Amino acid sequence: MGGNARRIEVRPKGALRDPRSASFAKEAEELSKVKVSDFAIVKVYNIDGELGKEELEKLGRELFADPVTEEFTFAEPYYNDYWRIEVGFLPGMTDNEGNTARQGVKDVLGKDVDVYTSRVYAIKAEFEDEAVPAEIAKRMLANGVIQAWRIYEPESDTFEPYIPRVDLDHAPVAEEIDLQISEERLMQLSRERTLALSLDEMKAIKAHFAKGIVAKGREKFGLGKGITDVELEALAQSWSEHCKHKIFNAKIHYSEEGDGTEGKEEEIDSIFDTYIKSATDEVRKPYVVSVFKDNGGIIKFDPENDIAVKVETHNAPSALDPYGGALTGILGVNRDVLGTGLGAKPIANVNMLCFGFLDEKDVPKGCLHPKRIAKGVVKGIEHGGNMCGIPTVNGSIVFEKCYTARPLVYAGTVGILPHMIGERETARKEIKPGYLAVMTGGRIGKDGIHGATFSSQQLTTGITGSVVQIGDPITQKKVIDMTLEARDLRLYEAITDNGAGGLSSSIGELAQFSGGCEVYLDKCPLKYPGLDPWEILLSESQERMTIAVPPEKLEAVMKLAKKHDAEATVVGKFTDSGKFHIMFGKSTVAYIDMEFLHGGVPQLKLKAVWRKRMLNPPDRKPLEHGEALRRLLASPNIASKWWAIRQYDHEVQGGSAIKPLMYNDAPSDAGVIRPILGKKDGLAIAHGICPRYIEDAYWMAANAVDEGVRNAVAAGAKFGYLACLDNFSWPDPIKGPKNPDGDFKLAQLVRAARGMHDAAVAYGIPIISGKDSMKNDYYVGEEKYSVTPTLLVTVVGKVDDVATSVSSDFKGTGDVIYVLGTTSNELGGSEYYKLHGGVGEGMPRVDFKENVPLYAALSRAIEKGLVRSAHDASDGGIALAFAECAMGGAIGADMDLSLMARETDEEAAMLFSESAGRFIVSVNEKDAFRFEKIMFGTKTKKVGRVRGDKRVVVRFKDGNLINEDVFELRELWYGGLKW
Amino acid sequence: MVKAKALVLNGYGINCPYETAYAITASGGESEIRHASEIIENPALLQNYNLLALPGGFSFGDDIASAKVLANRLKYRAKDALQKFVDDGKLVIGICNGFQALVKMGLLPKPDFVQRVTLTYNASGKFEDRWVRLKMNVKSPCVFTKGIEYLDLPVRHGEGRFIPASREILEEMVGKQLTVCYYVNSRGEFADYPFNPNGSVLNVAGICNENGRIFGLMPHPEAFNHFTNHPGWTRGMVKQGEGLKIFRNAVEHIEANL
Repeated sequence: MGGNARRIEVRPKGALRDPRSASFAKEAEELSKVKVSDFAIVKVYNIDGELGKEELEKLGRELFADPVTEEFTFAEPYYNDYWRIEVGFLPGMTDNEGNTARQGVKDVLGKDVDVYTSRVYAIKAEFEDEAVPAEIAKRMLANGVIQAWRIYEPESDTFEPYIPRVDLDHAPVAEEIDLQISEERLMQLSRERTLALSLDEMKAIKAHFAKGIVAKGREKFGLGKGITDVELEALAQSWSEHCKHKIFNAKIHYSEEGDGTEGKEEEIDSIFDTYIKSATDEVRKPYVVSVFKDNGGIIKFDPENDIAVKVETHNAPSALDPYGGALTGILGVNRDVLGTGLGAKPIANVNMLCFGFLDEKDVPKGCLHPKRIAKGVVKGIEHGGNMCGIPTVNGSIVFEKCYTARPLVYAGTVGILPHMIGERETARKEIKPGYLAVMTGGRIGKDGIHGATFSSQQLTTGITGSVVQIGDPITQKKVIDMTLEARDLRLYEAITDNGAGGLSSSIGELAQFSGGCEVYLDKCPLKYPGLDPWEILLSESQERMTIAVPPEKLEAVMKLAKKHDAEATVVGKFTDSGKFHIMFGKSTVAYIDMEFLHGGVPQLKLKAVWRKRMLNPPDRKPLEHGEALRRLLASPNIASKWWAIRQYDHEVQGGSAIKPLMYNDAPSDAGVIRPILGKKDGLAIAHGICPRYIEDAYWMAANAVDEGVRNAVAAGAKFGYLACLDNFSWPDPIKGPKNPDGDFKLAQLVRAARGMHDAAVAYGIPIISGKDSMKNDYYVGEEKYSVTPTLLVTVVGKVDDVATSVSSDFKGTGDVIYVLGTTSNELGGSEYYKLHGGVGEGMPRVDFKENVPLYAALSRAIEKGLVRSAHDASDGGIALAFAECAMGGAIGADMDLSLMARETDEEAAMLFSESAGRFIVSVNEKDAFRFEKIMFGTKTKKVGRVRGDKRVVVRFKDGNLINEDVFELRELWYGGLKW
Repeated sequence: MVKAKALVLNGYGINCPYETAYAITASGGESEIRHASEIIENPALLQNYNLLALPGGFSFGDDIASAKVLANRLKYRAKDALQKFVDDGKLVIGICNGFQALVKMGLLPKPDFVQRVTLTYNASGKFEDRWVRLKMNVKSPCVFTKGIEYLDLPVRHGEGRFIPASREILEEMVGKQLTVCYYVNSRGEFADYPFNPNGSVLNVAGICNENGRIFGLMPHPEAFNHFTNHPGWTRGMVKQGEGLKIFRNAVEHIEANL
């Protein structure tokens, strides 16, 4: 706490309160069981710099306090008679507002000072002692992973500035580590340094560095017989599961055991090659531009432009700091797209979230409550997307108990880039020896060190420290703006982002294009001094890109950086030496063969064993169908997600066509945007995610593909111009003492990948990119909490004319309603069975042969403008989809189940079975003939009409199964989730 | 005839320059997107244009308060050039974050660099994206809204609640018809949340100065540049991008009067 520091407090004037005060007051009251008669929030700016009274007065007046609604003080605390809880960041955490304030002070006073923000939560209540507000701080206001708090009693008069400056009294040094040690000590080393390297991998490194030729080469640069910490860390990062996908590339012995299996046995040499890459090869689509070799996949969009897509997970960080985790997840995947080819401009974000139940009572020790996680993640997405000006166009939220300890946060981004700039194809990166490695964007601190290796391990209680980071959307926005301008001026020839593994990963990967690199760690801009060389190399400080700049273009790059107020620094040079050569000042701190760095990791050999599992059957008590519908509508997975969706900007960039919510908050199956204003070409983005159908992972995956495709087609995407991405989030699939069923989870992974493959091939959809997250388990001591294996399939598709895209809401009285596809008795895993408290057998299977001509025909009918509404039937079955169409249009409708294509007579199955391959479509009566002609030969059945009144009626022949008021249903659906 | 030539500001987290520039171009004007730092380095650049557009976004992350730091930077570094620009009778439009900047640097409701009103945290306490219906004050001198009675537009903000510093200021604004547009329900009546999405005093969504040439509003007219932007377009509710009317008015005004 510096003696020169100053403090300015700002609060709303008079009776005004921060709008969040009321809900905080209520929450604090519930938590403490003490009456809270007032709750106020004070913004605090702690200034590390010598400022006089007039200067502080001027800052308060001109910068920190709004003259209309706020007042400020720099002499004594506000609400001194209340209990006050001050929350500020831990040293070294990103303080975005503090960074802006620093620039604001410079504008007003012309002085350079550091500013640290904090908040004071002032509570008027009779607390017994400090323990009560401390609990409020911990549970409601602060996250100990990133923040610190102080409690002031009433009348304490404390007005001490809070200055979390980082003072590292440390002389940077590269340490040499002896690897000629026992196996046990090798593993101890791997654990102690959080390297996440296996014994085989440690031994491979040991053997490599013991080679005479290697030692000789290193000797020339003054390196000893041991390995440096820089080298070991760089290898661990480069070989991490996160970066190398070792499980997906493993050699797997797969076998089936027990009843209900075929007893098959086979060897799989790389899941990725066998099932994922091969699918794309087999479907051979002419619009595929670049797959699996870049940060994202690229397809053609129109004659001049390509589309780049990437979907990532940010699960582990979001469990610890939901806001920061989600925010860095979004910004990270934006950078992936910005780092694809020569750089794509992000034009749409999507996010698929899996949480525990918002009212969960049973939360494992050390975990945040699902409600807190959900709210924090939503805030992170809001800030990440909205602040960077990228619309959030599609997404979903899945609630299941298995996500309580380990939430899943999938974040995706679509970008656009010109196919050519001049004579240069943008999909290609090209680096000649001598090009400079330039880092742009933020500075390097200790944040996020070990992110790559950390995410490759399970979470345990008691994680703290540097793995969590907070993104800075505005710095990133500046980097995006600058990068795109530099791209169009052709100032660089290759680009990639600094994500997991930091510079080690970004430069290491780019160096493969030239065949080597030199990095000068002492030249890297730091947030604060005192970082060791390996920390500079590995740091995952956010908002940084690395570009390869021909020397003659450097001056122009630096000029552009200045204009955009974005930092750019030469941190290295690309070579053809074959070496990953890292220097710190004059000394070499790492000298690794490029070949060994990228190709030295030994292939994993794993066992997968498939067994049929017994799933708990539902206890089916009699339940009236209307009541079932009402309860389903208000259930977490089906209820409207408007609370979250409305906090995301869907409109920015001006091309929104099918929004997440249309008309009367009708939920959309896909997002459709018009990426180029002034043109009619549209892009649809949809997804499928069905963790509930995990009885057989093969069909779970096939269903996810099917759902994604149906969603895209329903909104108007062209069947035949689709591409998809896979994201596998799995529990640890490697068998071990703490993970006895690892071999079964690996078998689930094999089967899921096979299902993904078969569905993609059947539908003719290339898989253009993907990502896997393999350790989604949480341990409290010996107790393990694992997620259900969860596959997300994201689908993008072309819409030739955006004006033909379709929303899900029923439109006009008299419109003819059709059900497309066949309904079977497939209630296993359904939301309906969940109402009865079970999972059950008989999960949906996908009939590709029946679906392909159906989807193709529907796609043609939509393109011809014959379809007024289309909606996929999935969660909750036909009954739910039908109710959603009616609620979305605020209009009644009537259908007869006996008329639809079906293989069951059971009422509940006809209503609520979640069979794949189905849609509900409405057509204007005058177009019905033409529509039926196009659909001829498919399972398309006329089942009813849009009514003029407000009743939602589902009949079986003459008997009503459901007869409800559309507005009453909507109330239940709209208010189902309590955030 | 003078051609409308717009400077569309970009940089520091301004997010909507491209669609704003597109909306102006599609309305018959010319537009150039320039980084705010270029204006700050060389304020005289401003005089090459007759329409200044401050688009929406999150300049400086809305840190401290929305648009506060951008407003200060422009006020401290380009005040004279801005004063000359408005004294010459040229047009200024601020949308969302741009509106917040105009208000906080003191160009609205009176262009003398004194802040009289503010746009603060939504009463709901959260950012919201929703389409609202605006009713225009037909007596307003605002040149941007001539001939428009109602307009559906999206709002996308967390700090859009209009509050004047005093009753006198509000009364003067109302008296001079400087309150340009109001949030109303689908029947065109004044109504509370969610129709008034942020709790603005008098449901005010946009204001202008006395000669009607400086206009700021929270909703985004540039995001209704095509009929498929409207949430009811699939029901045939709209035939064109009605937000463009705002920009067409600006272009026509410049062509006729400057």
